[in-house]
Amino acid sequence: MNRNKLSKWFDSSFYIIGFASTLIGLAILAVLIIDILIDGAGRLGWQFFTSYPSRKPEAAGILSAWIGTVWIMVLTALLAVPLGIMAAIQLEEYSKKSWLTNLIEINIANLAGVPSIIYGLLGLGLFVRVMSLERSVISGAATLAILVLPIVILSTREAIRAIPFSIREASYALGATKWQTIRHQVLPAALPGIMTGIILAMSRAVGETAPLITIGALTYVAFLPASPITYEFPFISFQGLFDPFTVLPIQIFNWVSRPQKGFFADAAAGIIVLLIITFLMNAIAVWIRHKHSKKIRW
Amino acid sequence: MKRIFLCVVLALVSVSITSNAYPAVTVKVDGSSTVYPITEAVAEEFQGAEKGKTRVTVGISGTGGGFKKLCNGESDIADASRPIKPSEVELCKKKGIEYIELPVAYDGLAIMVNPKNNWVDHITVKELKKLWEPAAQGKIKKWNQIRPNWPNKEIHLFGAGVDSGTYDYFTEAIVGTEHASRGDYTSSEDDNVLVQGIATDVLALGFTGVAYYEHNKESLKLVPVDDGNVSNGRGPVLPTYENVTKSLYQPLSRPLFIYVNKKSSERPEVMRFVEFYLKNAAELTREVGYISLPDRAYDLALKRFADRRTGSIFGGHGSQVGVKIEELLQKK
Amino acid sequence: MSKQIRRLKERLIEGALLLSALFSIFITAGIIAVLFFETFEFFKEVSIIEFLTDTQWTPLFAEKHFGILPLFAGTLLTTLIAVIVAIPIGLTSAIYLSEYASDRVRTAVKPALEILAAIPTVVYGYFALLLVTPALQMIFPDLSGFNALSPGIVMGIMIIPIISSLSEDAMHAVPMGLREGAYALGSTRLQVATRVVVPAAFSGIAASFILGISRAVGETMIVAIAAGQQPRLTMNPFVPVETVTAYIVQVSLGDTPTGTIEYRTIFAVGISLFVVTFGLNMISYWLRKRFREEY
Repeated sequence: MNRNKLSKWFDSSFYIIGFASTLIGLAILAVLIIDILIDGAGRLGWQFFTSYPSRKPEAAGILSAWIGTVWIMVLTALLAVPLGIMAAIQLEEYSKKSWLTNLIEINIANLAGVPSIIYGLLGLGLFVRVMSLERSVISGAATLAILVLPIVILSTREAIRAIPFSIREASYALGATKWQTIRHQVLPAALPGIMTGIILAMSRAVGETAPLITIGALTYVAFLPASPITYEFPFISFQGLFDPFTVLPIQIFNWVSRPQKGFFADAAAGIIVLLIITFLMNAIAVWIRHKHSKKIRW
Repeated sequence: MKRIFLCVVLALVSVSITSNAYPAVTVKVDGSSTVYPITEAVAEEFQGAEKGKTRVTVGISGTGGGFKKLCNGESDIADASRPIKPSEVELCKKKGIEYIELPVAYDGLAIMVNPKNNWVDHITVKELKKLWEPAAQGKIKKWNQIRPNWPNKEIHLFGAGVDSGTYDYFTEAIVGTEHASRGDYTSSEDDNVLVQGIATDVLALGFTGVAYYEHNKESLKLVPVDDGNVSNGRGPVLPTYENVTKSLYQPLSRPLFIYVNKKSSERPEVMRFVEFYLKNAAELTREVGYISLPDRAYDLALKRFADRRTGSIFGGHGSQVGVKIEELLQKK
Repeated sequence: MSKQIRRLKERLIEGALLLSALFSIFITAGIIAVLFFETFEFFKEVSIIEFLTDTQWTPLFAEKHFGILPLFAGTLLTTLIAVIVAIPIGLTSAIYLSEYASDRVRTAVKPALEILAAIPTVVYGYFALLLVTPALQMIFPDLSGFNALSPGIVMGIMIIPIISSLSEDAMHAVPMGLREGAYALGSTRLQVATRVVVPAAFSGIAASFILGISRAVGETMIVAIAAGQQPRLTMNPFVPVETVTAYIVQVSLGDTPTGTIEYRTIFAVGISLFVVTFGLNMISYWLRKRFREEY
């Protein structure tokens, strides 16, 4: 009888314990965000967004950092998205079950779990040294592209897999080739899922610090990479790709490492910007997924 | 699809508008993290004055790392907290790089503890040696092993990393042999890490350039050093402006340098940068917390640069202890 | 367009697609090649026995020691603390979500937990150094500013979603029939959860633990910011230590020239890290596959 009562007591108290442990993480997250807002909100403003980093905490800003982030994100996407989508199409539509396909799949699953700093070492050894691209925007983008590639591939595969086979059959029945079917039927239908995957991959890339530090993104950068559009002939320049750069998370890291209290406020403000970007991207991805999952009626 | 394409184009255009549209030139500086605050201040003022026409990148690989870069032709200027040493002279010679040595400031290497540390009121050079020499590794772990009336608690050491000129100078001045020290301490070429460590650890002791103390006074406690030599100040001495200028803070007073690649100095932007540096060093050096050289010294340095006189007045032997400012002037 | 040209175009496209898929193998091959090459050069100068057994890591000092044990100790200590925090909370949370919570609660809470995983690690580093460490110092006044406890706890919070989410998926997949049988025999909900569902979902749950461990082992920024830079062979969480990942960052910030022994050390420790996380990931993958097969 006693044991029964005890187990009943455990059982009902578990509702509370379980609920509490589920919320602990979120509660701590709330504390973190509130603290950061208190520390950093005061620094946000036009000056913060348009100033370069400075030795004086009050004068410092994230101009080079957020422009660098934009450069890196655009380039990473340009490199990773076509490659990832093509790989996913190959694996979903074309590959037959073989040892090679298995190897590729295990490989991709494994790459998704490799610590990001290892990608940094790869980038350092390959892009910076062997290919002599130096610590430039293109090295950083290439390194991050490789890092997010598994995410793009996995989510594209899922999106393609969700398209019912009947769509393809109908297309074949009308005389289309395999590629035509993919290009005109499957891909457009899978687009929302693919977009979600790309945005999630990019939101991961925007917060990556370790690989970019390893390839040598500088922490003190008070200038911007050269613009791709110039005032002189031939009006297009790729110089900017090979320039040194910094990104938002690295700038935050630099400020956190400085002992003067003033820089903590700068770091917190930078974090607010970074979190807003990250949350916004995740929210857009979820919204796209939600909106289109409702529309589709197979 | 079209909407996505438009978004991407919009992003690229906005990036382009905000980026520089004129190809800019770059001055690459790398080296000592001790000298870094000065160079950073100069770079910031300089880039502002040049309105974006010139870029300056400043790295903190340490004095050793900075020289490696300079002698490999990978940078234009090396920040150095000690003179160039034989192996680096060799390397530069091998790669055909000539350098112009320019002193820019004076530093009193600061020994610091945590503000809550209430048992250290001064420290002697002998005690420092006992604490940092190679034989101390793994053995000297507690405060009371240095001085019996200090607490029986662990001592946490923070100091410059091996690529740092501060490390070279400190080992030369305190241990007696350059590059000889224990290895079991928190070492970093980034003095900010050391300051953070000392400021948050009651049991900490460490050394950095004095500018890092000046900028973090509320979080650190400065320890006066007694070198046992009566001729330059009786008893323990603090690295204040007067003490260093009067050569009383020994053996931890030392000059700070920049070394300019002679070929780079022929580029107009490098020339402008170095001239700006020397012309503004007196003010900016004091602003960041170091000890500026006399104005005469800066004028002589400017002349040295204008003449493009290469080589080191220290004979390329690395750190030299006890170099007084007057000596520096006379050697010119 | 004539049939031949169209077919040729299709072939070309198919070739491009295949290459893209193979690219992922090139990546892994590239990682292994780069790591291996530099490590090979490293081991020409340092014996592998010394690397694995020496208890001091002072590769850059006059008296050189190349024992990786202190770095691994730092990684192990922080990972251990992270796991002690994450597993109880994550598992309890998973049990609650899977067996107790209503569907509405679950759909509301799960994405919220994912937010924890999406936060950039540099933010967690800030949190550890500037919030958690001072808070802990109020409880333990002797705590050093750089220590293993603070980043360990914060890493634990970061990996809670991994453990909670994957364990919950594993438990959710356990057939209702098993639970119903236990209920029929008079068990309470908690007893069903702990004595029937968890053991049944064990391989999936274990896989989530191992994945969490792997994530903690590979984490860089939190420990680089808050754990310190002193390689030390210790299990004391109150003093500065240095992890494998933080060491790589420390050296990279100084941008070492190619070909030096210093440069090579980051690849030697990098390959050790890769081997460990690869091993853990493989075990986790195998466990999940095995679990999937049982149903």
